[in-house]
Amino acid sequence: MTVLGKDLLDLESLSVAQITAILDTAEPLKAISLRAIKKVPTMRGATIVNLFFEASTRTRVSFEFAEKRMSADAVNVAISNSSVSKGETLVDTARNLEAMKIDMVVIRHQASGAARFLAERIESNVINAGDGTHEHPTQGLLDLLTLRDKWGSLQGRRVCLVGDVLHSRVARSNIHGLRKLGAEVAVCGPRSLLPNGAEAALGVTVFDRIEAAIEWADALNILRLQLERMTAGYIPSLREYNRVFGVTRERLERAPRDLLILHPGPMNRGVEIDSDVADGPHSLILDQVTNGVAIRMAVLYMLRGGRPELAAAGMAAGD
Amino acid sequence: MTARPLLLTGGHLLDPSIGLDGIGDILLVDGVVASVGGSIAGPEDAERIDCSGLHVTPGFIDVHCHLREPGREDVETIATGARAAAAGGFTAVCAMPNTDPVTDNQAAVGFILAQAAKANASRVYPIGAISVGMNGVQLSEMGEMVAAGAVAVSDDGRPVVSAQLMRTALEYARTFGIPVADHCEEPTLAHGGVMNEGIISARLGLKGIPSESEEIMVIRDILLARRTGGRVHLCHMSTWGSVELIRWGKERGIPVTAEVCPHHLTLTEERVGQYDTNAKMNPPLRTQRDVDALIAALKDGTIDCVATDHAPHHNDEKNREFADAPNGIVGLETALSVLLTWLVTPGTITLSQLVEKLSCAPARVFGLPGGTLRRGGIADVTVFDPSAQWTVTGSDFRSKGRNSPWLNATLSGRVARCIVGGRQVHAIDALT
Repeated sequence: MTVLGKDLLDLESLSVAQITAILDTAEPLKAISLRAIKKVPTMRGATIVNLFFEASTRTRVSFEFAEKRMSADAVNVAISNSSVSKGETLVDTARNLEAMKIDMVVIRHQASGAARFLAERIESNVINAGDGTHEHPTQGLLDLLTLRDKWGSLQGRRVCLVGDVLHSRVARSNIHGLRKLGAEVAVCGPRSLLPNGAEAALGVTVFDRIEAAIEWADALNILRLQLERMTAGYIPSLREYNRVFGVTRERLERAPRDLLILHPGPMNRGVEIDSDVADGPHSLILDQVTNGVAIRMAVLYMLRGGRPELAAAGMAAGD
Repeated sequence: MTARPLLLTGGHLLDPSIGLDGIGDILLVDGVVASVGGSIAGPEDAERIDCSGLHVTPGFIDVHCHLREPGREDVETIATGARAAAAGGFTAVCAMPNTDPVTDNQAAVGFILAQAAKANASRVYPIGAISVGMNGVQLSEMGEMVAAGAVAVSDDGRPVVSAQLMRTALEYARTFGIPVADHCEEPTLAHGGVMNEGIISARLGLKGIPSESEEIMVIRDILLARRTGGRVHLCHMSTWGSVELIRWGKERGIPVTAEVCPHHLTLTEERVGQYDTNAKMNPPLRTQRDVDALIAALKDGTIDCVATDHAPHHNDEKNREFADAPNGIVGLETALSVLLTWLVTPGTITLSQLVEKLSCAPARVFGLPGGTLRRGGIADVTVFDPSAQWTVTGSDFRSKGRNSPWLNATLSGRVARCIVGGRQVHAIDALT
């Protein structure tokens, strides 16, 4: 059994030691992406299917780079040309893929629990690349890595997730990961976009006003506001959302300390975040993207049985 | 009905409707109870069945099940459903009308009765639809359906969204003396929900169904029953708030009755675990507070009876993503054992109360024959061993459905015999 077990499905079920091991493994792997030849042979011969039932650019590309830099053979299966549109069930899709003797599946799916559903039915390793409104563990991990790089430790740090927590898999993974590593976590947004009873359900503080959240926090992780939330009646308008909850330079300037700014992307500039903030000196948004590749390389490596303590040495040997 | 007389000897006769609780015999002749209690010699030609060590009670009645025929004969038929009922000790079940086509006319009612007669198992009483096609718009022809054998009306599976339609249904059904059974769910609040709204749904990222979606309709229906004097029966109650509202209505003498399912009395939302679709039903499993309130309400009579909401589904339909799996679980063959194991064995309710809730009360609420061992009543009798242990595998279900949250559970209580109209329709000689 590897440090992580067979699959990476969520952060809720991971231990502090497992999360720390992934972050520690990712750290030396960052260097690979800085080399002229961005490739190590560690996963040569491993076959990976990137099974995306939902459109995704950033996450899919990030996984693909991670796979290629580890020398794995990856195949992308997207919903538009998958057999799901012909009515095949997820269980049949999985069995067919496995019959092709693959080693790993990276799955993005619109149904909460879909990654676990798949993992329970196939032998291959399964990595959850986002399941419905449940979790997005590699995003949570890369956010943790980004903050840990800045702070050294998350212990006692205050992080507030801002926006549509109700529908956000990024928020759930962040909340579990941050709390496990000792951070205090809050959420802020219109109550119509927060889980009812979020305090008890997720162990977070709730701020109704963004001003109060900014006064409290050391970092803001600003969630993408899906534009369809307005037509579905959760909020009256994007304009009002920006005026009440938008993270603006003016609001940040009133904060008692400099806040680190994260956003999982893609951003709606001028809605949940203003460009001044997104492109400002405290924005870690592009660091997140860079770290995403390293985190995914680490997860691929560890699920294939790679030992965290050998990551640095192993990668060097493959240079 | 020219079966031989049946003499059940030495069993523990238990019937709260006539205050029967002790060892004795019962003689069934020509489809009715000829004699009950004490030692009965019986006619020479009687078939004698030794029931020593077993309980002998009036047959159980399920006022709420889904037998899927016509339309989904691949997941259940009236015959397999009626045999599942017999195996579970139910001598009679009421079949909900959400079939395809909908049971919304006298011919459809007649079809169900004809299929049931051929099945030669438990009795099946059709429930007609409130509205044509269960479309929530136009009242169905209740008078003709009642004349053909329907015992109640319901659009179960769907709520009656229009308060005006519910009002007229309650008024119109009064003519025929039948209850209007409602699936209480405010659809805009429940929309898209797949489990109880609470801590677990927030963690799993599943859309929740708030308790209020049930409670809003419960109080609406109670108020309409007050206005119209029509009898409203509230299906599968699941929340403590509903209990308080029903209590409020009953205290005021409003004609409201209610049922609760075994799963809502024994399981909570925790059972969903990691997206187990056999814990997905509507209304959803709620919290311990709700379970405790429902048990208390069953004991004090606020909730009148137990009903299974037996809802078979094909394994392929359940074996998929949680949000996409259909609602419902099978219940006919586990109801008695689940209630014995979780409510009677720990002493929460007595065996006599259980018989009241599974047999006497449902007969009373729906105005059905049975629910008693009184002399002259129909000879519908259930014989069971409350302590026999068995493990639920699903493979021995008479139902075509295997979608049970109790698969692999070891339960107490097995039905030995199910007797309908004086004839055995289910018998197991060795229980363990």
